[in-house]
Amino acid sequence: MQKMMEKRALELLGDGTVNRVLGWSAGDFIYDVTPAVFKTAEEVQDKFLYNDFCGANLSKYLVKESRKEGKILVFLKPCDTYSFNQLIAEHRIIRENIYAIGVECFGKADEEKLRAKGITGITGIEMKDGTYTVHTVYGDETVKAYEVMADRCLSCKSKKHVAYDELLGSEGEVVEDCNRFDMVEKLEAMTPDERYEFWRGELSRCIRCNACRNICPACTCEQCVFDNPNSGVSQKAAVNSFEENMFHIIRAFHVAGRCTDCGECSRVCPQHIPLHLLNRKFIKDVNTFYGEYQAGENPEAKPPLGKYEKNDIEPGEAGGAKA
Amino acid sequence: MQRIGVFICHCGTNIAATVDVKAVAEALSHEPGVVFSTDYQYMCSESGQTLMREAIREHKLTGVVVCSCSPRMHEATFRKAAEKEGLNPYMVEIANIREQVSWIHKDMKEATEKAVILGRAAIAKVHLNKPLKAGESPVTKRALVIGGGIAGIQTALDIAEAGFEVDIVEKEPTIGGKMAQIDKTFPTLDCAAYILTPKMVDVAQNEKIKIFSYSEVEAVKGFVGNFKVSIRKKARYVIEDKCTGCGLCTEKCPQKKVPNPFNMNLDTRRAIYIPFAQAVPKVAAIDADYCTMLKTGKCGVCSKICAAGAIDYQQKDEIVEREYGAIVAATGFNPLKPDKYNEYGYSTCPDVVTSLELERLMNAAGPTAGTLLRPSDKTHPHTLVFVQCVGSRCDAENEKGKPYCSKICCMYTAKHAMLIREKYPDTEVYVFYIDVRTPGKNFDEFYRRAVEQYGVHYIKGQVGKVVEENGKLKVQASDLLSGEQLHIDADMVVLATAVEPDKSARGIATMLTASMDTNDFFTEAHAKLRPVESPTAGIFLSGVCQGPKDIPETVSQASAAAAKVIGLLAKDKLTCNPCVANSDEMLCNGCSSCEKVCPYGAITYSDKEFRGPNRTTLIRRVASVNEAVCQGCGACTVACPSGAMDLKGFSNRQIMAEVDAICKM
Repeated sequence: MQKMMEKRALELLGDGTVNRVLGWSAGDFIYDVTPAVFKTAEEVQDKFLYNDFCGANLSKYLVKESRKEGKILVFLKPCDTYSFNQLIAEHRIIRENIYAIGVECFGKADEEKLRAKGITGITGIEMKDGTYTVHTVYGDETVKAYEVMADRCLSCKSKKHVAYDELLGSEGEVVEDCNRFDMVEKLEAMTPDERYEFWRGELSRCIRCNACRNICPACTCEQCVFDNPNSGVSQKAAVNSFEENMFHIIRAFHVAGRCTDCGECSRVCPQHIPLHLLNRKFIKDVNTFYGEYQAGENPEAKPPLGKYEKNDIEPGEAGGAKA
Repeated sequence: MQRIGVFICHCGTNIAATVDVKAVAEALSHEPGVVFSTDYQYMCSESGQTLMREAIREHKLTGVVVCSCSPRMHEATFRKAAEKEGLNPYMVEIANIREQVSWIHKDMKEATEKAVILGRAAIAKVHLNKPLKAGESPVTKRALVIGGGIAGIQTALDIAEAGFEVDIVEKEPTIGGKMAQIDKTFPTLDCAAYILTPKMVDVAQNEKIKIFSYSEVEAVKGFVGNFKVSIRKKARYVIEDKCTGCGLCTEKCPQKKVPNPFNMNLDTRRAIYIPFAQAVPKVAAIDADYCTMLKTGKCGVCSKICAAGAIDYQQKDEIVEREYGAIVAATGFNPLKPDKYNEYGYSTCPDVVTSLELERLMNAAGPTAGTLLRPSDKTHPHTLVFVQCVGSRCDAENEKGKPYCSKICCMYTAKHAMLIREKYPDTEVYVFYIDVRTPGKNFDEFYRRAVEQYGVHYIKGQVGKVVEENGKLKVQASDLLSGEQLHIDADMVVLATAVEPDKSARGIATMLTASMDTNDFFTEAHAKLRPVESPTAGIFLSGVCQGPKDIPETVSQASAAAAKVIGLLAKDKLTCNPCVANSDEMLCNGCSSCEKVCPYGAITYSDKEFRGPNRTTLIRRVASVNEAVCQGCGACTVACPSGAMDLKGFSNRQIMAEVDAICKM
């Protein structure tokens, strides 16, 4: 796949269709993959990378990149295409300035899970028939993919590309039975006190590094309310740890109905807080109260929380927390 | 720093009996920025306002907090008073310590504490208040009346009389409503048709009135003075302008077995029909559910015989867009269908009828040509039992019925009983009641005539059961005064069923953003002082849609609503609410969330140039608010993810300051 992608990138750069390429390149380690913009054929040949560690969602980078001179080529995995569409719906990216190529994804490996299996010194990874072959400085190791796959990929909602100019591989299909709300259901079954304890426990680890916000494709505000001294909330979050925890609740409210459930927030959290569960609760509630809705599936669709219909549920009927 | 004056109103004893007003004035005098704090018996009185004005002058106040009743009552009063002293009226804030404190608390200590907290919140807000200036908007000089019953008819006629255009939207093919179905009217016993149909003709002939019959309101946009309404003209398959109302088609149509709702389905009509002889407009309509031509494509009889060529089987629903300055809801009522009351046997015995069905059975234009006959065997009934309050005055837990009194049943039942006894002296008529309620001019005299002159048997008590046996209705009932159980063999039983708001009312209320009570009656702006206005500006209420009423009351209220509409339409400009949204372009993402939720279409987007870093320019898509169209509902401010959208007079910071002030306690 990397070869095919590289070939197309070079062709499109060569014939002037695009003047930049948005993709991934390796960091200090092969699993430490980072999004990168390539401006020349040499850079692409030198640094372009696509492997089973390329989990980062590239669509958010287009908010800035699509406003620059010329067209940019972007590679989008199926889940990234939902964020891409959502950003188009919100007028955050300029579609005309983008050439999007959809690339297949069968789930990305979680380096920490590999390490937990005792696999270290990783120099490369390949997947075949549900098994990863991991190249290490100590020789090759094989491991079942589902054992070391990122949690968000294990409950992948869709392998379908919902937006692209060109596809490498198949368009893919929506995953019907993804069980992504299992944990939300468990949380719902808790008493309010149990749930409070759960979230205090998780959120108390937060160090307010803002990684979740900075990576989130739904968090693209020109100025975040938490960075705006006039908003009245920016300083409040620093008062104590409880107020600080509210940062995540407020953020979940701000992306409610717009979050595509790409899972980047939890992926980048250095403290391993399952932040995506907050968003999934909103997604589940929207589905329950307003009918099935997947943000980003269709950029023309009217968002359930941003429109009004006569048969919308009355606030009283939705019910509150189970006391 | 603002210089704030605080004024605590006693509202006689309304507030002072529960709130220690002196303590509140003392506590609030220590709040930051407060330079004057006092209490007074009636702040809204002339002398109360003078007190406030003197304080503004003497203490050079820049902001005022009045702790009193709801701002709905006197905010405007206090703002005007402040304005006379040169203070911007929007520097006045009200803390509601009556509805939100004294009326709902019993304990003085608790109430006083809460009054102080609400006062503090208002003070915190005033600190952030900015002077605001109101703009003006034009008024479309035309009114819409939704519903063409006697309420809608009277309102429309009165508005037209004042020289303004009026449209009536009626969902049935004719105006007239329930009154057209009624036989005679209490307490004078004049024929309903005799007094209603001339009014219907007046409507038809009035050049200022346009009737949209067989039409429904589809969508409402805009605001007071500037409503834009989409009206769906349902396909009636008859070209209105061509049909002469000759009625030939309604005689020749081979589909004869269509239930006739005008006669409460007690007889049948054809698939093409004119609801009744005096219908306005007198134009036929085809019932698409029954028309053979529309269902199978084979027939076309009406089209062949129509000399005017008015039949159009291809007709489609049509949407008409109209603009209005005011809208009157006159959506009326329906009698409750008593099919849940198995004890009265309505669903199983044809001779158990509702009062409105009885109206048709006694009406000369009804299915029996005015001769009272039992629906089951068309024989003359000798014993009739009337049951009052079917579905009215029920316990709150009773899901079958309504908690309210339907108001009109006592009188119309007395009317029915009297008319039957008068026309058929060989009958025995029993009326079972909980109470007989006859307030109203000449009403009690009317009821007493039924008892004393016509010998109607009034029995205080409820009917327990009605069962059919050998063609007789066995009525079991209790007489509460004598304590006896009664068994009556009746020929007919008449149920005085509750009045319930028309089912369409809730959808219309939602479109009009007019509020409703739990029974789906429209809520008035003030139960006593503004009974024909809805709390939403420019929306008025006429007739039973606001609560049960008889005809004279409906007509009075209809004229009252018309007077309010005329008052509005007579103005050339309306003062706008300056508390409108505005967008901070530096923060705006251009995401369109606000535009999507704006019910007034007040938000537009444009690309604007901004200065970027290193002497670059950036083009960004940003929102702007049309202040003349914005109604300040605030939907956009909560939809905006970045907090770029804010509401003047209710900014996020002001609201947060209020919350903080409350939480500090």
